[in-house]
Amino acid sequence: MKRSRIIMIIGALLPLGLFIFPLWNITLEAPQYPIPLGMNIYINDFADANPHDIKNINIMNHYVGMKYIPDAIPEFKIFPAGILISSFIGLIIGFKLNFKWFLGWFILMITLSLAGMYDFYLWEHDYGHNLDPKAIMKFTNADGTVMGFQPPLFGTRDILNFKAHSYPRFGALFLALGMGLSFLSYFIGKKESRQRVAT
Amino acid sequence: MKNTSKIVAGLFSVAMLFTSCNNSDSSTKSNGALSSSAAEKVYVAPGEHDEFYAFISGGFSGQLAVYGLPSGRLFKVIPVFSVDAEKAYGFNEETKPMLNTSHGFIPWDDAHHPDISQTAGELDGRYVYINGNNTPRIAKIDLTTFETTEIIEIPNSAGNHSSSYVTENTEYVVAGTRFGVPVPQRDISIKEYKGNFKGALSFIKVDQEDGGMEIDFQILMPGFDYDKAHPGRGDSHGWFFFTTYNTEEAHTLLEVNASQNDKDFIAAVNWQKIAEYVKNGGGKKMPANYAHNVYDEHTHSATSTMKKEVLVVDPTEVPGAFYFLPTPKSPHGCDVDPSGEYIVGSGKLSADVTVHSFSKMIKAIEDKKFAGEAYGIPILDFEAIHAGSVKQAGLGPLHTEFDGKGYGYTTFFISSEVVKWKLGTWEVIDRKPTYYSVGHLMIPGGNSRKPFGKYALAMNKITKDRYLPTGPEVTQSAQLYDITGEKMELLLDFPTIGEPHYAAGIPADMIKGKSKKLYKLEDNKHPYAALSDADTKVVRDGNTVHIYMTMIRSHFSPDNIEGVKVGDKVYFHVTNLEQDYDVPHGVSIIGANTSELLIMPGQTETFAWEPKQVGVWPFYCTDFCSALHQEMQGYVRVSPKSSNIELSWSLGEDDEDEDEE
Ligand SMILES: [Cu+2]
Repeated sequence: MKRSRIIMIIGALLPLGLFIFPLWNITLEAPQYPIPLGMNIYINDFADANPHDIKNINIMNHYVGMKYIPDAIPEFKIFPAGILISSFIGLIIGFKLNFKWFLGWFILMITLSLAGMYDFYLWEHDYGHNLDPKAIMKFTNADGTVMGFQPPLFGTRDILNFKAHSYPRFGALFLALGMGLSFLSYFIGKKESRQRVAT
Repeated sequence: MKNTSKIVAGLFSVAMLFTSCNNSDSSTKSNGALSSSAAEKVYVAPGEHDEFYAFISGGFSGQLAVYGLPSGRLFKVIPVFSVDAEKAYGFNEETKPMLNTSHGFIPWDDAHHPDISQTAGELDGRYVYINGNNTPRIAKIDLTTFETTEIIEIPNSAGNHSSSYVTENTEYVVAGTRFGVPVPQRDISIKEYKGNFKGALSFIKVDQEDGGMEIDFQILMPGFDYDKAHPGRGDSHGWFFFTTYNTEEAHTLLEVNASQNDKDFIAAVNWQKIAEYVKNGGGKKMPANYAHNVYDEHTHSATSTMKKEVLVVDPTEVPGAFYFLPTPKSPHGCDVDPSGEYIVGSGKLSADVTVHSFSKMIKAIEDKKFAGEAYGIPILDFEAIHAGSVKQAGLGPLHTEFDGKGYGYTTFFISSEVVKWKLGTWEVIDRKPTYYSVGHLMIPGGNSRKPFGKYALAMNKITKDRYLPTGPEVTQSAQLYDITGEKMELLLDFPTIGEPHYAAGIPADMIKGKSKKLYKLEDNKHPYAALSDADTKVVRDGNTVHIYMTMIRSHFSPDNIEGVKVGDKVYFHVTNLEQDYDVPHGVSIIGANTSELLIMPGQTETFAWEPKQVGVWPFYCTDFCSALHQEMQGYVRVSPKSSNIELSWSLGEDDEDEDEE
């Protein structure tokens, strides 16, 4: 089998790592939490970084009127299906189709990932801004608007007494690596086809 | 090129010069007069942890205090034999059975000698055992929760003082009696003491899985006073040594009458032999009545069971298992060095510390070097077993521990000092005063095969002017000595709770990682637990009302209860739903004739309230738990006895949408 196909097939398989490793992590640090509170986001679950962290994040957040982090969201069904289907498509492409399709799969994955990120952003925004009007503590920004508590999409941000970190985890690495390999396989495939023409 | 290398070489030698300078500098520093600063040695910076735990008994406080060394900071007072209103120990329904005895509920005892469980003669940090002296009991403290989880009463015993020492693999916890008493107890003239009263030595078998206790056998020794004890180790493993006084068997004015014999005894008991004898059907069962109280971490509740029988052994029926080692002047401490060869008897009315040799003892037994017998038990010839004495070391030796480097450290009560001496040569190396009247001392692991010989902690009975005065009653104290050098150095002096009789120390790293952070809600098997808001309810059963309540930052559920009547007995069963480290909540209500509850995350506790007056009575959280702690409160409406208001309960319901008659 040609090198480009092998790389494409590996690339198509790597996103399956998302079923084992978390995609993202949000960690909240504060002085009275010497072991920070953390939540690992899997494609099908929100999980405690340490036992009971989500429960304790909820208890903290209810003071400012944030909703409880739900046990399940529709995305937990959509994302795994999306990953399975796109890996399957990637495999078909890797085995059967011409290298130009490799680029096609790469573009598909970029699009899906961006859509996923946007969806995550929307949820985060709602989580951080759609506050209970009967919140125990209400905070306003300097300009008088109601303060939101949206964690950053990527990076670190101070939210009241907490420092919130939001960074990709192993699962995201698998996804990125898979996409990178498909992109690479496109160029290798292109080179291989040119070589064949030349000979 | 050549120039550069010359410069480099030059720089290098200059650097060498500096380093060697530095070296000589630091070496003079470590030997210099300013080398040690006591303050520096005991300073543990904010947020840092101490190197050792010290479990210091509270004596007549009935409790066990947990300190850090070298800082001397107090972390926790564990209630053991005494009720503790702060923690609801002995007040809440769950822990009342812990203090049950054959004499009924007893809210107090005198807690003396903590000892940490051992494996292969070394501290294993699983449990602390401690004796209750007055109404004889032994307690077990679990070192994952730092709570008392078991108490067993000792029958046929009185003044449970030569207790509670563990054998090399924690096969047994041993409890000896200080008072001779009639066995079984009966109506008999006190004057008939001699020959009729017995001194029971109890061997409590320890469950290797959970540290649980069960009396395997009791040896009915002659009615001397068994004062202190220690197990053998190494070659002497399998033996136990008890000091005795009042071998005169006096029953009145003991201060004179029990001090007449020039020598009392150390009783050497081969417990392995007796365990074997008992296993083969030896000994006889006698009726008894004693309580065995066990706390279950999952039901968060204790149960008390009355035991009705105990196996007793007559020492004359197990030849070769009992010997008396003559030891001068009412010995108190009975301590075995880390090798197991030396048995140190501290004759408390003497100036010398007497040391017996285990190997000589075995030889003397083989050669039948006896000096007589008492009640059928051979008395060994003093000269044949005597290893040596620390001569004129001080006045009133009490107790010895070891540093594992070949030295013993003995406290002297009368001359108020700690004396360091060398095993084998018996020479005094150093002496340091204590302030004042030291009782026992403790070196972490200092009564095991593997001492951690860095610090010695002396526990003083009297402090007089040492601290700011607090009226007629002033604190007792502990004093920390650095024992790493040839000479001891007093580092720190800190107050203790109650009377510190003895302590057990252990490197913090051996246990701190195992310390529980919370109780898991899913493991909570309390029969009245409400594990979520959905489980909360109020149930009436005649005049008894059970409230299944939850607490979480920052509310109770339910927090409004109506339908309770005067004359009801109301049980608040409160579950702390938190699953976060260090978030306890407390609760109490006006007029409750009991203590608050202090409930750890995941735990359920119960207090009873018998409202005597009509009204609306508030309850609230008693532990500052959160920013909204002051809002964590509720009301119970109490109606007249004749009222027919039905029970109702709620949380967060808005006003006046319910009607009532
Ligand atoms: Cu509270």
